[in-house]
This record gives sequence, C-alpha cells and structure tokens, in this order.
Amino acid sequence: MSTPLYRVRATKNLVAQVLAVLAALFGIFWLVWIMWTTLRMGVSSLNAALFTEMTPPPGAEGGGMLNAFFGSALMSMLGIVLGAPIGVLAGTYLAEYSSKSWLGETVRFVNDILLSAPSIVLGLFVYTLVVAQMGHFSALAGGIALAFIVLPVVVRTTDEMLRLVPSQMREAALSLGVPQWKVTLQVLYRSALPGIVTGILLALARISGETAPLLFSALNNQYWTTNVLSPMANVPVVIFQYAMSPFDNWHSLAWAGAFVLTLFVLVISLLARAIVLRNKMTHD
Amino acid sequence: MTDLHLSVAPARDQFLPLAPPVKVSARDLNFWYDKFHAVKDIQLDIPEKRVTALIGPSGCGKSTLLRVFNRIYALYPKQEAKGQVLLDGENILDAKYPMNRLRSKVGMVFQKPVPFPMTIYENVAYGIRHHERLNRTDMDARVEHALRQAALWDEVKDKLKDSGLSLSGGQQQRLCIARAVALRPDVLLLDEPTSALDPISTSRIEQLVEELKQEFTIMIVTHNMQQAARVSDYTAFMYLGDLVEHGPTEQIFSNPAKQETEDYITGRFG
Repeated sequence: MSTPLYRVRATKNLVAQVLAVLAALFGIFWLVWIMWTTLRMGVSSLNAALFTEMTPPPGAEGGGMLNAFFGSALMSMLGIVLGAPIGVLAGTYLAEYSSKSWLGETVRFVNDILLSAPSIVLGLFVYTLVVAQMGHFSALAGGIALAFIVLPVVVRTTDEMLRLVPSQMREAALSLGVPQWKVTLQVLYRSALPGIVTGILLALARISGETAPLLFSALNNQYWTTNVLSPMANVPVVIFQYAMSPFDNWHSLAWAGAFVLTLFVLVISLLARAIVLRNKMTHD
Repeated sequence: MTDLHLSVAPARDQFLPLAPPVKVSARDLNFWYDKFHAVKDIQLDIPEKRVTALIGPSGCGKSTLLRVFNRIYALYPKQEAKGQVLLDGENILDAKYPMNRLRSKVGMVFQKPVPFPMTIYENVAYGIRHHERLNRTDMDARVEHALRQAALWDEVKDKLKDSGLSLSGGQQQRLCIARAVALRPDVLLLDEPTSALDPISTSRIEQLVEELKQEFTIMIVTHNMQQAARVSDYTAFMYLGDLVEHGPTEQIFSNPAKQETEDYITGRFG
C-alpha cells in the first residue's frame, strides 16, 4: 500500500488516457471537417433540378444529376443482385460444408485477398473481361465490376455469421432428423440473417462510392439512358469529372452529388447498425 | 402354520427388482477423434424406461459415448465409431440403418439450451413437420402434449407465438426437451442438460427426468454426482475412455466394486 507507487500508476494512467483521447480527437477532427465541408458546399447547391434534370454540357448553367443517380442506383442494384446470392452461397459452403478441407481454406484465403484487392484492379479486370469483349463501355460491365466488390464482402460476412451460430443449434436441428440443407435454410439462415443482411448493406454502402471500377466499365453518359448495354452516368464518376473541370456550375453539382452520396452511405450504415442493435436486444 | 406363513409373498424390496428389458446395447464399441482413441471397447446395456447416468471426470469419453447413440458425431469428419450399437436389436452404426429412423427414435438435448430462432410453437412443431404431415388440429394437440410432457405448457400456453429466445434459460431447456419428445422417440439422450442452469431450473429438469422415464429410455451425461445419484436408476462410470463400472446407481454409490469408482465418487479425484 505504498502511495508513491499508486501515484506513479495514476500518472501513467492519466498520460495514456490523454494520449488516447488526443489520438481519437485527431482522427475525428478530419472526419468532421470532411463531413462539414460536404454539408456546407453541398447543401448550398441542393435544389429540385438536381433530382429532375440531366447532367449539363460543359459551360452550361443549371442542370442536375438525375441520370447519374439513376445509373448509380441501377448499377449498385446490379452489383448486389449479381454478387450477393453467389456470396451467400459461397459463404454457406465455407461455414457449413467445407469444414477445414483444403478447398475451403483456399477459398477463404483467396476471398480475403479479393476483399482487399484495389478496386482499380477489379475495374481493369472487368475492362478486359467484359468491355474489351463487347467493344464498348456499358452499365452491365459497371454492375459486374461492382459485383466483384460485393462478392468477397458478402462471402466473408456470411461465413462469419454462420460460424457464430452455436454448433449445438446445428446438432439440435440435425438430431431431429432434419437433413442438413433444410437445417441451413430454415434454422441457421434464420439465426444468421440479420448479420448477413448487414453485410449486404455494408457492401451496398461501399460500392455506392466506388469510382475506379466504374471508370473502366460504365464510364459516363451525359444523357439519360436505361439501356444496360450502353455507357451510363453514375454519381462517383460524375463527381470525379465535374470536380476536375474548370466550370463553377459543374463544381457545385459535384458538391451536391458528394453530399447526397455521403448522406446515402450514412443512412445505409445507420440502417445496418440498427439491424445489429435490434438483433442484439432480442437475443439478450 | 409355518408353511402357510412362508407362502405369503415377501415384501417387494427384499428382492432385487426384475431387470427391465435392454433397450440399447453397445458391443465392442470404440471411438476415435482422428487418431485419438476416446472410447475403448465398451460393452454396455441400457435398460428400457430407466435412467442411466454416465459419469466420470472431464475428457473420460462420456459425452463422446452419448453422441454415438444417435450418430450425431457423423456430422464431423475424422470422427469414427467402430463396433456395434444395438437399438431394439438392430445395429445403428450400420451404414444401412436409415438416419431418419434413428433420429426419430433417439432424441437429444444439449448442454446449452438452443431454441431455434422461431416461435415457441414452431420450435416444437419443426421436427414433427419433417417426419409427419399433420393437420392443424392434430399438430396443435401434438405441440401441446409435448409441452405438457416437458412441464412447460402452463408457462407458455398464452404466448406460443412469442420467440423461443424470449424464454428464460431453464424454460429454453425445457423447450428443447419438448422439441425432442415431440417426435415420440424411444430414447432420450441428455448431454449435461443442467450445467448451464441455475439450481431451481436444475431441480425442475431433474423432476422432469423422473417423469419422462415412464415413457422414455433416458441416458444422461452429468458431471454432477449428486445429480446422478438423484435421478438415475443405473450408473456407468467411465475413466480415460474405459467403462470402469456399470450397475444400479445405489450399488455404484454405496458399494462400488472398483477402486477408481470409489475414488471418483468420494471426490478424491476428478
């Protein structure tokens, strides 16, 4: 019970605490700054035309980003529709069927690499695979590129969420004589569903801001189109092009687009959190 | 006069009760986890409609042995059982023995209560649906009967549509018992069913085991020797994969034949 010893410990603790708080504040500072700038610059450019008019030609006044919002929504959906089901099935294979086989371990390892692969590489891959074959850029290629980003995220979350289901639940269901595929579909998915949905939502949040893969696949389109086989406008590429341009009108549109995009990602993330929280409450 | 007196039947307790028929028996049963020989040459007869407790220190193979009786171990690669387990005279380890039949004849309850993420009603109906097509009325009756058998009906009859996860730990475990008995199995395997429960829930489950043995042949793995003594009619003591001793519980606990058994039940090791 020597007081000097305790005083030294208390001081050390204080120093550690102050350093940790400073580091946290340092990180949050930039984040808040980014959010604030987006908000300030974006809100002032917000108007109804943003959601009703097409991207304007260079130098023109007014205009909006309707074609880009539509394109982003369509290609993100395409990415989810193509990537999520395969991801869920592959994750199910890893968690339920591969049980320590070399194939399972290899797939898991490769998937982790894909998860951290630079998105520009995926863009180039899809460029060679789809765009070069078709001879032109297209929304379909954009959707495929985004699907390659969705895929590893969904594989990983499905695998992890299924492995979090206690093995006794599996055994209990199987011990009723129910075959494995039914157990997976009716018991395990039900248990892991909130986690899997959260993973898909986070994948959606991630792809909605991806620029590089779309530059090499969907490119851009100044006009309205619903043809998935033609180049299509999308929010990230429009922001990229408009922000680099010398036109003030394009700049403010880029800010408005950035603001809407940030808001969308924020809402999706909150939704994902809400699902996790609600699930936690019903389980505790 | 003396002759007449002798002809009067003696009090029942003065004789050992007639041994009940054997329901399940293990013959030359061995079990491996990959290269680890976990259960060695077991010969064991499980009497019908009695409670048989499997006791022994951690890692002695008692849970492993239990998991052979419904072949749940087959879920994992590199786990292998050799020998015979006869259920009503048929070898369930024979690959030709249909898994569906085995699982509907032998129910299992696990250490941790694991209700399925569905309603209380669905938890019980789930297994039945897989084996039988029942109309609504019959299914309701089956679910109610199973919940009554598990002494849970009165607590849940007004909230059958609530999630099974909303119940307390002890109730969840009784729900798991209801789920198992709903298939009308012959045998119930209980793998440390009370080790995650509080003392009150534990004693309810023990009472329940007492009632369930009227209808089911029960095997219970427990590391709680008082529990084995309270609920079981027969006790098998295992040590390092061997079945050391097996007999009526009273005899095992009061007059064990082997030194290891005595050491374990008197708490000298384990």
